[in-house]
Amino acid sequence: MAEDSKPNFSNGAGAQRLRWKYLDNILNRPGPFTDPDWEPGEAVVEGLSRAKILGAGGLGCEILKNLALSGFKDIHVIDMDTIDVSNLNRQFLFRHADVGKFKAEVAARFVEKRVKGVKITPYCGKIQDKDEDYYMQFAMIVCGLDSIEARRWINATLVGMVDENDPDSLKPLIDGGTEGFKGQARVIFPTMTSCIECQLDMHAPRAAVPLCTLATIPRQPQHCIEWAHIIAWEEERKDITLDNDDPEHITWLYQKALKRAQEFNISGVTYSMTQGVVKNIIPAIASTNAIVAASCCNEAFKIATSTNPFLGFPETDNYMMYTGDESIYTYTFQHMKKPDCPVCGNLAKNLEVDPAFTLQDFIESLAERPEAQLKKPTIRTEAKSLYYQSPPALEEQTRPNLSKKLNELVSDGEEVAISDPAFQITFKFKLLFSK
Amino acid sequence: MLKIWSMKQKQQQDESAATGPKKKKVTAAQLRVQKDLSELSLGSTMKTYFPNPDDILNFTLTIEPDEGMYKGGRFNFSFAINQNFPHDPPKVKCTQKIYHPNIDLEGNVCLNILREDWKPVLNLNAVIVGLQFLFLEPNASDPLNKEAAEDLKSNREGFKRNVRSAMGGGSVKGQSYERVLK
Ligand SMILES: [Zn+2]
Repeated sequence: MAEDSKPNFSNGAGAQRLRWKYLDNILNRPGPFTDPDWEPGEAVVEGLSRAKILGAGGLGCEILKNLALSGFKDIHVIDMDTIDVSNLNRQFLFRHADVGKFKAEVAARFVEKRVKGVKITPYCGKIQDKDEDYYMQFAMIVCGLDSIEARRWINATLVGMVDENDPDSLKPLIDGGTEGFKGQARVIFPTMTSCIECQLDMHAPRAAVPLCTLATIPRQPQHCIEWAHIIAWEEERKDITLDNDDPEHITWLYQKALKRAQEFNISGVTYSMTQGVVKNIIPAIASTNAIVAASCCNEAFKIATSTNPFLGFPETDNYMMYTGDESIYTYTFQHMKKPDCPVCGNLAKNLEVDPAFTLQDFIESLAERPEAQLKKPTIRTEAKSLYYQSPPALEEQTRPNLSKKLNELVSDGEEVAISDPAFQITFKFKLLFSK
Repeated sequence: MLKIWSMKQKQQQDESAATGPKKKKVTAAQLRVQKDLSELSLGSTMKTYFPNPDDILNFTLTIEPDEGMYKGGRFNFSFAINQNFPHDPPKVKCTQKIYHPNIDLEGNVCLNILREDWKPVLNLNAVIVGLQFLFLEPNASDPLNKEAAEDLKSNREGFKRNVRSAMGGGSVKGQSYERVLK
């Protein structure tokens, strides 16, 4: 019996495999939480090494390290940033000599060197540079992005990729985020469980100071910087687009803010504070990042191996919030999918149409559809407003489209979004031209 | 994962999700703005104008107050909505140089729901109601144009006269304003 539970060293030399001794304990025998049909052993180890996984964003360093040390062997990483001196205090994969180089590139080389047998493919750019074909290659995506916009983008992309005839098109999205001592980890099975868009109200809105306070009675150094940023720049340099990464621009704002602070007897305006306020930099606490990234990677490991129940399994908890600013508190719960979610609430359905139909004909046909009788539809594509019932000006501007043929307005296979005052949700159809 | 996929198929048995060629999809911000536009109640005092009707994220709102001190004026506001709407509020600016305690000479507007009190549950209608209210009840305690706020506080009748003359294209305390009368 003892023989059976001995780790099966299939990958590389036995000595190297020793590194994964503890991992192998989990991969090579069933535990109290494993599914009755789950078969431990070589196939699981193999599956983990073959699972191509993508890590992205500001938690990248932590995520990359954790994934590599969890047994993932084919890791891709996306990050658009270059290394700044100020990163060195917590982003431990970087050294002074790396300042100015791309984070993804340096991190990939560092982890590859430290963890033998792992292949890391960096991409230095934005997640938005890549298309569905690119995202299709991964088993799952782990994101530690620092902007809500980027999160919403990857979420909508992954929801849109799900093809009911292709199990491979369902990509679990594991999302981690931190803000100071607070953070969250969540798992999304696109189209099946509550998505980032469903959870939009979970993000605290950006704290803002009333404009009139900035304009008339600043009390803090940050107020002076915001004033320079929002009001002074517009007044004096309207024709120049503010570039947060241009040192000349930040210096200009800094000097404006400093002068204003002196007028109001406020101290504390510094260049780095100016940079922080303008770029809306939220202080990153190294340990919060580590906790949240670790939680995300553990879920990735469990999803890839089925060794233990994971966060986000449909109909179970999918959101773990971590609060460290008032002592310590974590709460894991199931965030419910919103039936009227604009991204996952109503997936695009195929609709066959006669391309010679006018938009008017098409709109009339919508009123007779069995599942939803759309009597006053407003309709658009990504690029075009086809017909708006209101406001009156837009109705007038889009009215000429009514007499145009569908093939003049949309291309074969293009998605239209249709809203109607009688329905809370927006309907999406992919218009397929009948031949 | 296979288990999850079989759940997925069960979930979807009677739905027929679209497949086939991938094209650009209507964005979440567009979907939300489309819904908000259908819920706008402009009444007789407001109009919208879309310089490019295909772009519903950028438009102009015209307010013509039919009562209060600003009656008889025609005020234009530009709305610029980004792809992060409704997490981010719309950017709203007055495109004319007007005399108003809560609007500065550059057109910045001090309205709480455009900044510190914005929430994704608020919609464009809430914003236009707020803007309309600024003309009915200019507010001296949130000043962006300090002089106008002082005038309103200290001498309401004088403030009213200043509003009339600024709306006619005159100047107030050496500052000239744009003619905004209909
Ligand atoms: Zn959703």
